Amino acid sequence: MSTTESPPPADGVRDADWETVQASPEFQSLRRRLRRFVFPLTAAFLVWYLLYVLLASYAPAFMATKVAGNINIGLIFGLLQFVTTFAITTWYVKWADKNFDPPAAAIREEIEGSGR
Amino acid sequence: MNLAQAAGGVAGSNPWLNIGIFAVFVIVTLTIVVRVSKRATSGAKDFYTAGGGFSGPQNGIAISGDYLSAASFLGIAGAIALYGYDGFLYSIGFLVAWLVALLLVAELLRNTGRFTMGDVLAFRMRQRPVRAAAATSTLVVSFFYLLAQMAGAGGLVALLLDVKSKTGQSIVIAIVGVLMIAYVLIGGMRGTTWVQIIKAVLLIVGAGVMTFWVLGKFGVNLSQLMGGAVDRAGQGGEKLLNPGAQYGKTGLTKLDFVSLGLALVLGTAGLPHILMRFYTVPTAKEARRSVVWAIWLIGLFYLFTLVLGYGAGALVGPDAIKKAPGAANSAAPLLAYELGGTVLLGLIAAVAFATILAVVAGLTITASASFAHDIYVNVIKRGKVDDTQHTEVKIARRTAVVIGIVAIAGGILANGQNIAFLVALAFAVAASANLPTILYSLFWKRFNTAGALWSIYGGLTITLVLIVFSPAVSGKPVDPVTGRSPSMLQGVDFHWFPLDNPGLVSIPVSFLLGFLGTMLSKEKVDKARFAEMEVRSLTGAGAEKPVAH
Repeated sequence: MSTTESPPPADGVRDADWETVQASPEFQSLRRRLRRFVFPLTAAFLVWYLLYVLLASYAPAFMATKVAGNINIGLIFGLLQFVTTFAITTWYVKWADKNFDPPAAAIREEIEGSGR
Repeated sequence: MNLAQAAGGVAGSNPWLNIGIFAVFVIVTLTIVVRVSKRATSGAKDFYTAGGGFSGPQNGIAISGDYLSAASFLGIAGAIALYGYDGFLYSIGFLVAWLVALLLVAELLRNTGRFTMGDVLAFRMRQRPVRAAAATSTLVVSFFYLLAQMAGAGGLVALLLDVKSKTGQSIVIAIVGVLMIAYVLIGGMRGTTWVQIIKAVLLIVGAGVMTFWVLGKFGVNLSQLMGGAVDRAGQGGEKLLNPGAQYGKTGLTKLDFVSLGLALVLGTAGLPHILMRFYTVPTAKEARRSVVWAIWLIGLFYLFTLVLGYGAGALVGPDAIKKAPGAANSAAPLLAYELGGTVLLGLIAAVAFATILAVVAGLTITASASFAHDIYVNVIKRGKVDDTQHTEVKIARRTAVVIGIVAIAGGILANGQNIAFLVALAFAVAASANLPTILYSLFWKRFNTAGALWSIYGGLTITLVLIVFSPAVSGKPVDPVTGRSPSMLQGVDFHWFPLDNPGLVSIPVSFLLGFLGTMLSKEKVDKARFAEMEVRSLTGAGAEKPVAH
């Protein structure tokens, strides 16, 4: 710990063997699970957002194409950004409740049970 | 209407009514702040994070209150009224940005830190240099954001209370500053949070009522409403429907828009006053719920502003908006008057003030926590403070007073500056200096102290340098109509960077600097601390439990 001058005081667990937990298959699987879900999803929404920004900047004529009344493709794409944001939020929460929280809680209980 | 305009202020505005409604808001919120603070202990945990005792939904509403500043409400509605579609683009960036916070930052941050951004960034690094860097960037971001809000208060006064003299506006800025200090000193994070919750409810309900009112006038038909705005704008009004009215002029303005879009989407998850809100809930799961609530409320609000903007365009008309004091910023208040007369205008004016007050209080507590916790306790005193809790809060309170005074002085000096520019600046710094460092330290094992310092200081420096030498500060051609240059400084030109917003360059460079700093340093990774950080961040093991009330 020579590189750390004053580690922040940790309430609760102090002497848990973090490296053992980190190396355990349960934790590795939890970590993989989270990354496999959030990284691709982040990439996807950023690409979709940037595509939208680039279209608005560089293809205004396409965005101005009228679909119904005064509603054009630009407005629909803009509103779709809202829809995808709400949808990703809901999807992530459902996923986390079902696939992330239970194994995370199991590891936490293991640590907090043995660490004291 | 002409008579009222000649008298100054927004047409139909009754300054005494506006002041009266605002006074009621201040009295009600101060009473609540005093009441909730009676339950508070004097500990740092309570002062900074309300003991982590808020629920996800409460915190989510407070986050919306913290995030939806006057720039969001008055600025975006006004931009849509005048520029149509291009104003809408802002709100999309501001909303989508929350997914970064939801998926990558909120929960892991909640599990790893206690009070500040520095807690997380310094977790597995050398404490003093990294905390000093994190605090520096927190203070810079908070300062620009504060300046924007305070300057906005000055403009709003001119607009709504008919205070036209600079002295009068300065007095109002000082009153806002004093109230903000009072909220923070008396209520700490708990009081500040309640102010934000009340404000968020008022703002969203107020905007919602106006939205349905406007829609009702156009047969609940968005297409018809937009048609109304096009007709009212007269020749060339069709442009309001399409992207490009504001940013589509030249290749550079288009590039500038892409740069702004990048800073908006990556800045939110690096704003220290937003990050700090995640510590006010007991668990990562509640932090997740907070963001979900915030996303729904903020999204809903931005949908409202779309209707309000086009509604102001259709019912008030761009000419009347441009002529009103405050120009674009007066679109929403003018629309309120058009719909509900003096009383609705008074209500909306008070809501706009409340908005500024709640946001500045949140910024002040964040900046003072960062100074007291990161700089005073951990850098100056090297973590060795007698009676830490008590001393730390004492220092934080004093810092809040100092920040309040600096904000008042800065706000008076910045009065009249472009609010959107100052806010965009804060977002650019947050996206460049903070976000890369946060992501690297959470997800990249190899990341080390040198990398953190390079990405924070490097990101901060390049952002500030590019802004100083941007056309936003100097060198834009003089507008023949107003006789003034849209740049901050008049009559000089020392710009060499072509874009107003530096994000397109500064964000990738900051990521690169964090990478280079790490790879070039010989510092070994502290494997034990990394293991602890990673296990804690994902599982919440050992995270602080909320204080029982």
